[in-house]
Amino acid sequence: MQFLETFVTHYNFMITIFLMVAGLYIVVARGNLVKKLVGLAIFQTSVYLLYIEPGKILGGTAPILDPSFTLYSNPLPHVLILTAIVVGVATMAVGLALVVRINEAFGTVEEDEIIERDSGA
Amino acid sequence: MNAVWPHLPILQVILPLFGGFCAAFLRNGRAAFALALAVCCILPIISGAMLWQVLTTGPLSYHLGGWEPPWGIEYRIDLLNGFVLLLVSLICAVTIPAAGRAIAFELEESKQARFYCLFLTCIAGLLGIAITGDAFNAFVFLEISSLSTYVLIALGPDRRALLAAYRYLIVGTVGATFYVIGVGLLYLLTGTLNMADLSARLGTAWGDHSRAIIAALGFITVGIGLKLALFPLHAWLPNAYTYAPSWVTVFLSATATKVALYLLIRFYFSVFGVAIELEPLPLASFIIALSIAAMLIGSVLAIFELNLKRMLAYSSVAQIGYITLGIGLQNQAGVTGGLIHLVNHGLMKAALFLAAAAIFLRVRSVRIADLAGIGRKMPWTMAAFSVAGFALIGTPGTSGFISKWYLVLGAIEKGWWLVVFLIVGSSLIALVYVGRVLEMAWLREPAAGLIEATDPPMSMLLPLLLLSGATVYLGFDTRLTVGIAAKAAQALLAGMR
Repeated sequence: MQFLETFVTHYNFMITIFLMVAGLYIVVARGNLVKKLVGLAIFQTSVYLLYIEPGKILGGTAPILDPSFTLYSNPLPHVLILTAIVVGVATMAVGLALVVRINEAFGTVEEDEIIERDSGA
Repeated sequence: MNAVWPHLPILQVILPLFGGFCAAFLRNGRAAFALALAVCCILPIISGAMLWQVLTTGPLSYHLGGWEPPWGIEYRIDLLNGFVLLLVSLICAVTIPAAGRAIAFELEESKQARFYCLFLTCIAGLLGIAITGDAFNAFVFLEISSLSTYVLIALGPDRRALLAAYRYLIVGTVGATFYVIGVGLLYLLTGTLNMADLSARLGTAWGDHSRAIIAALGFITVGIGLKLALFPLHAWLPNAYTYAPSWVTVFLSATATKVALYLLIRFYFSVFGVAIELEPLPLASFIIALSIAAMLIGSVLAIFELNLKRMLAYSSVAQIGYITLGIGLQNQAGVTGGLIHLVNHGLMKAALFLAAAAIFLRVRSVRIADLAGIGRKMPWTMAAFSVAGFALIGTPGTSGFISKWYLVLGAIEKGWWLVVFLIVGSSLIALVYVGRVLEMAWLREPAAGLIEATDPPMSMLLPLLLLSGATVYLGFDTRLTVGIAAKAAQALLAGMR
């Protein structure tokens, strides 16, 4: 019962953890280089959620100083994650560019086929 | 001069970053090389001036944009990172002249200018990790340096370089994300990202949220462990070092893993060590067990390796084990030994990989079997290789001996005789793999393929001799390394609970 209660009241963290583990699983389990990058993107996205969710305060507004508001959400996580998103986009760009070059050099993006062709060459 | 003086910390990072930006517009490889050379020559002057300031007046604190910490980002330089900054910038300054020739030989004309752009960006990232006092800022710099490193590795001549770079990208991104998860947990607990402020607030959070703090510690350990190739997270390293352009390997082996090690030391001792008691956690014994495994398995794998660069890469895995062993010992002699080895290993591995780059320039192969009798054809190169090789083993009279001496002292102080025995034992294994190359180079008749091989041009030979000379010099005159490392270790341990 205790476990179920934690699960329901912290459902946002459960989603984060699910995405985190699913992304990491794809990275490890898939042999296709593009699919690995998809897993990596999911894994990184889960971290965005981890940061942003707790920054939101129910009923809180944007942090603009005004006498009519007293409750503000924390803006810092958004700023941090904006940076992290840029990093994620850059990583994905470099990763996909590498996959394109690997495809040109080896003629495939399947990891097992690459290893096979590599030992042959 | 007075206007520049207080802004040295930011110049240390901005200069290579802006240099990299400018190099992106250059098309001519030689012009980009001149730019990189100029930037690399200024960097050690800045870091030297900062270290001198730290030694005379105490830690420096630089507030970015004038925002007071803990709200703004703080660059904080104390003995430990002043020392690491000096190491990284000195290695860049000493080895960059060799890049001109090695890169012109290995890369196409069209890629050369881009190479220097990436190289300068990578330095900016590495120096940024070492200089910042903000946990999230460190993540951003970690990714700046990593992203440029992936591309630098992918520039390698072999198509397997692409695969090595891709695998490093996957592992490195997972590592950096683990790190950022750990930092996120700490942020949720304390509401701050400034490292000094974090350690102050974690102490009060410890009672109620100890599980979350331990989880954060675990995430950060694994994340940085992937970056510094802590055994068994080292799988990316041998291929990345082997297939990267020769000069990139020199640069990476001496700086990238060292900066990651610094970050680990910073988190263990300055953030977590101050806030919580690490003693009851099995962290130290965990790190020591992995370090010893790295020392033994890395060295044994190096024995059976046929490729010189890959052999040195496995040896790096082993040598990183010595440094983490020092961190795990958590006493004055042990941490001092770890810090000295951080510097010494950077210097000797740069010399060894530079010798491998020189060999590749002349022989176009780094297979150990192709190097029979190369000592007679390239005497200066192989003499420098031999000296650095002896330092790797830890022969008395070289810098490697000094660092291992302190590690042994640290282990004896704990009364762990088995660890002492294993440190000496893995040095003997190093004797086997270094000795195998030396025997091949000096005692065999020169092979047919080596007829035209000669010592490399001065731009390459001089840095090589300088680096191997430094390993001997630091084996006798230990004032600089031991003096600063002992003080830094004292400061780190004094803050711990």
